[in-house]
Amino acid sequence: MSSNPSESKIQAGEPIIRIQSLNKWYGQFHVLKDIDLEVAKGERIVICGPSGSGKSTLIRCINRLESHQEGSIVVDGIELTEDTKHINDVRREVGMVFQHFNLFPHLTVLENCTLAPIWVRKTSKREAEEIAMRFLERVKIPEQALKYPGQLSGGQQQRVAIARSLCMNPRVMLFDEPTSALDPEMIAEVLDVMVGLADEGMTMLCVTHEMGFARKVADRVIFMDGGEIIEQNVPEEFFNNPRNERTKLFLSQILQH
Amino acid sequence: MDTFAPKPSRKPPLSAVGPIAWVRANLFNSTTSSLMTLVFFYLLWLYIPPFINWAFLSANWTGLDRTVCEANPAGACWTFINVRLEQILFGLYFGANPDEVWRPIVGFILFFGLLIPLIVEGTPYKKWIALSMLTIFPLVFFALIHGEWIGRPVANTSQWGGFLLTFVLAFVGILLALPLGILLALGRRSEMPVIRTMCVLYIEFWRGTPLITILFMASVMLPLFFPAGVEFDKVVRAMIGITMFQSAYTAEAIRGGLAAIPKGQYEAAAALGLGYWRRTVFIILPQALKISIPGIVNTFIALFKDTSLVSIIGLLDLLNMAQSAARSIEWKGYDIEGYLFTGLIFWMFCYGMSRYSQVIERKLDTNRRDN
Repeated sequence: MSSNPSESKIQAGEPIIRIQSLNKWYGQFHVLKDIDLEVAKGERIVICGPSGSGKSTLIRCINRLESHQEGSIVVDGIELTEDTKHINDVRREVGMVFQHFNLFPHLTVLENCTLAPIWVRKTSKREAEEIAMRFLERVKIPEQALKYPGQLSGGQQQRVAIARSLCMNPRVMLFDEPTSALDPEMIAEVLDVMVGLADEGMTMLCVTHEMGFARKVADRVIFMDGGEIIEQNVPEEFFNNPRNERTKLFLSQILQH
Repeated sequence: MDTFAPKPSRKPPLSAVGPIAWVRANLFNSTTSSLMTLVFFYLLWLYIPPFINWAFLSANWTGLDRTVCEANPAGACWTFINVRLEQILFGLYFGANPDEVWRPIVGFILFFGLLIPLIVEGTPYKKWIALSMLTIFPLVFFALIHGEWIGRPVANTSQWGGFLLTFVLAFVGILLALPLGILLALGRRSEMPVIRTMCVLYIEFWRGTPLITILFMASVMLPLFFPAGVEFDKVVRAMIGITMFQSAYTAEAIRGGLAAIPKGQYEAAAALGLGYWRRTVFIILPQALKISIPGIVNTFIALFKDTSLVSIIGLLDLLNMAQSAARSIEWKGYDIEGYLFTGLIFWMFCYGMSRYSQVIERKLDTNRRDN
């Protein structure tokens, strides 16, 4: 991995993400309550739960798009505090894919993918473009490299967004409902890319309602409601044998249709 | 199994396209609109031919004094503009020194020589041309007009006037107000309370004060803040006043653009590890400025026309110079020609700015599927 000069600061066997008694409020509203979570290197976690349960907020805390008021989050050996330098160090190692893609509409697909490697990783333009083309091929749209995001379909845009994150060679990928804004016919092409990524051993945290995806790739499924982690288990057990009443109700509602 | 074969697309029927359909749909689509069309055409027929006759067909173009025009009062007296052209365009000094008129002429040739390749699409080295327009050009232009650095008789700024002064004030105002406006707009959205408050105070102060007051204050009050004997150039004072005023307006136009950028753009840029200035320069500003182009150009056009207000501190811009020429004993009574000529020049530049802004808007629109 020549494009990634910094070496991981954590010891073998140590979790890459460690969240301890995390609490967060929006004004008076208590969104996250005493969250404890450890993610091992290479682990694939699916987080589900009803809307407003705090699942998006939780993964947005991991790259400090949201700040927390209590508890600690340590990512790849770096604790997230007010310190801007630490925040940017963490963000460099953590890729994120958003529900609404959030591609930069004024830049071409290729420029979307090379901007951060060039300016954050200080990669040369040529090398950044080579890396970008490699990842665009991986997500199966190298022929769209010189187009603008507005000219692509939703599924294509989301695959570009994944490629854009991968170009930074992240240690962890966060997915915030990556298929929720897509037409039904385009969900599969995005999930395929994510499955491929999981197979390669990428550490992943996915907020998603795609239970088929969870069954297929997750090492652990986490169920959240009311800002708390209610239940977590391997997918087999989680789906076939939920222990909490709330989990059962949720699963019966989303699996009914 | 059935297979889906899409039907071929057909052309629309002739009754829906073509000139006759256009006239029917736009000019005579109802009784009221037919009536309005007829009334309007009648008014055009009533006023346009006499105007064309006065302004062009019977107009006086040649001659050296008013006797030509007095002999033919039915036509416009363009002789006046012709004779006083140097004065109206370049001010009293160059109007009175025909040997030096080449200086502003060369200056403007240089300006358009740089401007046209910038506007035309596909010019090579655009970055360098733009850079020289912003750095070398103002110096060369000043050297040419002022004269001291090139060893010619000195034309002090107080002797600059006419279109030359309008141009100088607008050019400097636009050039300085844009970067200042960007910083102010960013500052107004800053998370740091001190910076935000300072920017809000600045913007609201300058925006809430009429330009005419600012110019008056700059001329009367500013000298009070400096020790006696420090002579502050009148044109420079006007430039400072205009720039302060203009930057507040530009800032508000840009703030509108910044507010329109979705939160997701900030988040995506942050999530990639880009710091504040890189996020701002590479992601936020290019999009925000694109959205703000109509608003920014709007303020620039307003500024270009507002330069006439410098008459309050005794400077004569294009409009005031034409007016004063039309009030001289030799040309008394030919105000209309002066105003029309002035109006035409103002219109040409403002319309040019407006058109160019539309071209940029279209060029920057990356959302079209056909580009």
